[in-house]
Amino acid sequence: MSTHIQGKQLNVSAIKNGTVIDHVPSKNLFEVISILKLQNIDSQITFGSNLESKKLGSKAIIKISDKFFVQDEINKIAILAPQARLSIIKDYAVVEKQKISVPEYIHGITKCFNPSCITNHQNIKPKYTVLADNPISLQCFYCEKITEQEHFDFI
Amino acid sequence: MKGKSLVSILDYQVEEYLQIIQLASEFEALKHQNILHGKVVGSLFFEPSTRTRLSFESAVNHSGGRIIGFSDSNTSSSTKGESLKDTILTVANYCDLIVMRHPHDGAAKFASEISPVPIINAGDGANQHPTQTLLDMYSIYKTQGKLDNLTISLIGDLKYGRTVHSLLMAMMNFSPKFNLVSPKELCLPVEYKKILNAHSVPFNEDTDLHTILPETDILYMTRVQKERFSDPIEYEKNKNLYVLKSSMLENTKDNMKILHPLPRVNEISQCVDSSPKAYYFQQAKNGMFTRQAIISSILGLI
Ligand SMILES: [Zn+2]
Repeated sequence: MSTHIQGKQLNVSAIKNGTVIDHVPSKNLFEVISILKLQNIDSQITFGSNLESKKLGSKAIIKISDKFFVQDEINKIAILAPQARLSIIKDYAVVEKQKISVPEYIHGITKCFNPSCITNHQNIKPKYTVLADNPISLQCFYCEKITEQEHFDFI
Repeated sequence: MKGKSLVSILDYQVEEYLQIIQLASEFEALKHQNILHGKVVGSLFFEPSTRTRLSFESAVNHSGGRIIGFSDSNTSSSTKGESLKDTILTVANYCDLIVMRHPHDGAAKFASEISPVPIINAGDGANQHPTQTLLDMYSIYKTQGKLDNLTISLIGDLKYGRTVHSLLMAMMNFSPKFNLVSPKELCLPVEYKKILNAHSVPFNEDTDLHTILPETDILYMTRVQKERFSDPIEYEKNKNLYVLKSSMLENTKDNMKILHPLPRVNEISQCVDSSPKAYYFQQAKNGMFTRQAIISSILGLI
């Protein structure tokens, strides 16, 4: 147990200042990167995928130098990776763990599961009320139909 | 209600339901005859629905208003690839209110977000058709003299029938008892049962039409369509079980009335039409008065 924690500390400490997103399901890594628009960030980003995880089987980790997320961005992570953990790194040390929680409302992110929904036929960004968070269940603001987490289709 | 779009039956509360019913009865008594004089209503039917369109057009015409628009998307600009947003923003320049019918779920909600004039949803795909529900409520009120404490039996396709879902959600505010009679495969979706339970509304699910008839005040019939069944054999087994015949009316209450959102196919046999309990054609007429009431309220004229 202690070696596991030590190993994790070592990984996390690999950047000087910034944010580490750990416990991302490997299959959602690139969606997390895309949703956070990390491709537009100039600072150093490293990530690893298909790492061994007791909890998830296979996990991914993202380390972003000199980047600190605001709550709205953190909430987006929650949609893709509710079990993810965020650590704020200052001077190679974890100074804060940020809590991830699923937001009440979501704009965009995933397509409405209802093929007849107007958002799937016109250039309209879907909006949802979050009905449940584990697993996530979204109610479309327009067609009122429910989209379950297992049917998420990221935009 | 003034200036506010009507997209879903849940946009209104009990007070507004009662207000529309009261106003509909005034329109039926030929009050407010020229109330829409000088008003222009846009009528945008992105999919054809002759029945609903004629009802709205007659409502506007009988109140002295004018109506512009199109009756199906073949003659409209949307076939040329114009977005819904552009159509709404353009037509909103020419009218005081837009009535719209659209094949896609949520279209009216979207239109109401972007339109500078109020939207009345005349059906968005399989989702909502609130003016149908309000005319159903007016019909219930007119025939029973009240909305409270009625036994309302809904028959047929309770799974996909949007008029059924909306009527349940609206009438549950009036201490009803619901009988839900359908083939197993077309029973009421669980989310609606949860809502009924949460509001302690008594309901009884049944597959047999006969048992519920004697206690029923309002018999609400709907179509059972073949394409709703995943197995055609199931359809064959069920197709004649939910057909109302005049012989079945013998032990029903005197005040019982038969409603149907129309068009009917064969779920009410023609022999029922001559019964004083058959009410579906008057129900359609009530639609005109109800729509007069809705349009006038939203335009703030009453
Ligand atoms: Zn939708």
